[in-house]
Amino acid sequence: MGGVSETLAALTIDALAAKFRAGEATPSDAARDYLARIEAHDPSIRAFMTVTRDVALAQAAEADARFKAGAPRGPLDGVPIALKDLFCTRGIRTACGSKILEQFVPPYDATTYQRLRGAGAVLLGKLNMDEFAMGSSTENSAYFTTRNPWDLDRVPGGSSGGSSAAVAGALAAATLGTDTGGSIRQPAAFCGVVGLKPTYGRVSRYGMVAFASSLDQAGPFAKTVADTARVLQVIAGADSMDSTAAAVPVPDYLAALGGGVKGLRIGIPREYFIDGMDPEVEQAVRAAVEVLRALGAQTEDVSLPHTEYGLAAYYLIGPAEASSNLARYDGVKYGLRVSGRDLVEMSSKTRAAGFGREVKRRIMLGTYALSAGYYDAYYGQAQRVRTLVARDFKAAFGRVDAIVAPTTPGVAFRIGEKEDPIQMYLNDVFTIPVSLAGLPGISVPAGFTRQGLPIGLQVIGRAYDEAAVLRVAHAYEQATDWHTRKPALEAVSR
Amino acid sequence: MSADGAKQSDGKAGAGDTGYETVIGLEVHAHLLTRTKMFCGCATAFGAPPNTQTCPVCQGMPGSLPVINRRAVEFGIRAALAIGCRVNLQNRFARKHYYYPDMPKNYQISQYEEPLAEHGALEIVLGGVTRSIGVERLHLEEDVGKLLHEGELATARSSQVDYNRAGVPLMEIVSRPDLRSPEEATAYLRALRAIVVFLGVCDGNMEEGSLRCDANISLRERGATKLGTKVEIKNMNSFRNVQHALEYEVRRQARALETGERIVQETRLWDPEHLRTVSMRSKEFAHDYRYFPEPDLPPLDLPAPWVEEIRAGQPELPAARRRRFVEAHGLTAHEAELLCQGRGLADYFEAAVRAHPRPKAVVNWVLNELLRELPGDDDRAIAACPIPPASLGGLLALIEDGTISGKIAKDVFEKMYRSGEDARTIVAREGLTQVVDTGALGAVVDQVLAAHPQVIEDWRGGKKAALGFLVGQVMKSTQGKANPALVNRLLGEKLPKL
Repeated sequence: MGGVSETLAALTIDALAAKFRAGEATPSDAARDYLARIEAHDPSIRAFMTVTRDVALAQAAEADARFKAGAPRGPLDGVPIALKDLFCTRGIRTACGSKILEQFVPPYDATTYQRLRGAGAVLLGKLNMDEFAMGSSTENSAYFTTRNPWDLDRVPGGSSGGSSAAVAGALAAATLGTDTGGSIRQPAAFCGVVGLKPTYGRVSRYGMVAFASSLDQAGPFAKTVADTARVLQVIAGADSMDSTAAAVPVPDYLAALGGGVKGLRIGIPREYFIDGMDPEVEQAVRAAVEVLRALGAQTEDVSLPHTEYGLAAYYLIGPAEASSNLARYDGVKYGLRVSGRDLVEMSSKTRAAGFGREVKRRIMLGTYALSAGYYDAYYGQAQRVRTLVARDFKAAFGRVDAIVAPTTPGVAFRIGEKEDPIQMYLNDVFTIPVSLAGLPGISVPAGFTRQGLPIGLQVIGRAYDEAAVLRVAHAYEQATDWHTRKPALEAVSR
Repeated sequence: MSADGAKQSDGKAGAGDTGYETVIGLEVHAHLLTRTKMFCGCATAFGAPPNTQTCPVCQGMPGSLPVINRRAVEFGIRAALAIGCRVNLQNRFARKHYYYPDMPKNYQISQYEEPLAEHGALEIVLGGVTRSIGVERLHLEEDVGKLLHEGELATARSSQVDYNRAGVPLMEIVSRPDLRSPEEATAYLRALRAIVVFLGVCDGNMEEGSLRCDANISLRERGATKLGTKVEIKNMNSFRNVQHALEYEVRRQARALETGERIVQETRLWDPEHLRTVSMRSKEFAHDYRYFPEPDLPPLDLPAPWVEEIRAGQPELPAARRRRFVEAHGLTAHEAELLCQGRGLADYFEAAVRAHPRPKAVVNWVLNELLRELPGDDDRAIAACPIPPASLGGLLALIEDGTISGKIAKDVFEKMYRSGEDARTIVAREGLTQVVDTGALGAVVDQVLAAHPQVIEDWRGGKKAALGFLVGQVMKSTQGKANPALVNRLLGEKLPKL
């Protein structure tokens, strides 16, 4: 088969929808093109846990009918998408990268998937991830490691590595991932695509297998900022099934894109340029700041003094909540069950066999942090640090409208390169503080290293001000052509 | 005798003459009568086929999230206000962790550091003495499911779980350690039950587990201020069990202290078959519940006007009603107490009084005859009573106007209970109307006098009991239909003339 440029998979959501409306292509054509690309390229990229071919073709046929009847549901109708394998999908296995959920077929749909289906999107499948979203490379998936389409020997980032690799490899028009400490933004940066973590509370978490409840947030990956805005438009907003999804009005994100950055105040946090970061990343981000300045933005240095404590606080709060959220996997109700002489043995054998190393490490960390006598020193202290980190951002946003920074200190590393968990954790040092503060952040392509690996620019906004984040990212994207470069993929002959 | 003083009822000497003082605190769990569960929309009805009232939320499915039931919060506030608690406008839920297969998430959503309400008190009356028992806190939580084991838990070949009850709203009310005897403990439990039942927030049914009670009990030297080592008692599913379990535990602990044994801080289960408590687990193996604020639920921020609205809409509470029954209807404190165990009985009494405004007669019939026939005094039993209050009033009116005697009335009452018919219908059909015709009765009296000359002699000789015998004979001849007062009057007129 030919390259991506000859298929509907090359198109942005906007362009694809235009073709559907003009009758030049049907949703079924698009689904078939994407399924063909998955068949050709996923054996080498390995982004998909499950390809829902029949579901996709059936849903596409329904979309065909709507277009034929002149009544499409909107800009996402017939658009092929895929979901990180922790969004519950009724009747479709949702394994969350874990052996403990290998057999888990949810009886219900996540709110985000319901909303995408309501808008007519077509489900291509479920995407690989680090087990329970704990990791930065998909190497913690209990099944396999996803490859970076820009260099198949390198990781796609994580935990939503399947979601970023699928968009980078044009195996889906857009995908959903989740971000707890950087799990959308870091893989987006590593794969040279756009990835948005919305404000905590902007998007419903109902039906999203929980890792750390006070941090988890769903968000889109797409080829462009405009496509990202279109997906956010559909999934954002209050949900009667999630009390933490806030009833804050959802603006028209696409309309907000056009504003430009002229006169906008943009802060550059000095703590986000650290010793040991990849000089090519620093260079690219500083160059991006110049682009924004040339577009009329007023840039100024800001300080986020508690940045260095973010990582430590995160690795107490995240594991503490995870130890609680993962307590339910005991072999009694669903998923894996390893028999034992009694209930206690059944539970502990099930958990011993079903959870991987990193998950067990965090359950133990978190259990310890919540224990009587240690709670205040660990969990309590981490929450106080979290407050200070949030206060830093609040102070900075008193002076600027958005903050730009590198998404990650480095670029995609080789599979197997980072064996020390602490080295792995350091990947998220620039994304974690934003998660702790609950703020929206986007990663947008901002160049390539000499080796040809993508670099991400992070744009951070005020709570619920995704519009500003998208606007800055869009202005930058339109002034550069990084997003137009595609990885050279060779089809696997079967 | 060692500690049988638990049977004493002066409310102070729980540990009898041993020199120990009994200290008891109760933790009461009440199922709230909401239509749906605490954190999801599933039904709460008791007795449905297993797992038919469940959804992803109450089954703890991956990705599911709780949403607070507003009605449950309202019911909690209602109860809190009734026991004088301060409602915390800012309160929040917390996760309590322990592994047990009846708990779908292996944590229970409860309240910990910031409960719904705190610092209340409940009045109990025992032996005519009123005491105020402190209530430490009232909080909301979700119930767990039910396990069915094949054999003992530890060795069960198989176990099955029914999650219908998982997520049913519970209100936990924790007393201060202010109770000084098993009698006080049961009195407190009765008073609390009456309040939640009056409020309509709980059906108060202990057998079905809608109202459950755990006790913390310790003994200490009389006069000591420091509390002794406490033992927690569980599995007491009736007032009788609470009383017996605590009496047993007072004796057990007193004996242990007398012999210099150390009381172990532990949880003990009441075994109602063998009338003893047995050790379940000691504090050494106690759970670390690892409480932390529930991140899936924002803190509750109650609007003060809502709480005031609930306060304004509170129904009359048992204490006020008891007082009114004494003051307005002239009942004794004891009668008022018995009537006000639940709202159903108190309402029944008042409705009967409206039909027949003789409260004393009504209360006698309600407490003696009605409660003897009914299977219980709870609202369900009252609601199913085949004799409506107005019918009871009608029956009493027939006694008062002399249509039937009190004795006949008891037979009529039983027939009413069985058939559901009203008194007048039964009396008319069975010809039970009292004979008040002086002529007809006079003839019967003459016959009786003619038949018992010796008794008349005895009467003349001063034996007053002879008159009673003659009255009895007249009643017998009329199958009880004679008006006793009339018989007495006729005999009084005729005897001196003989």
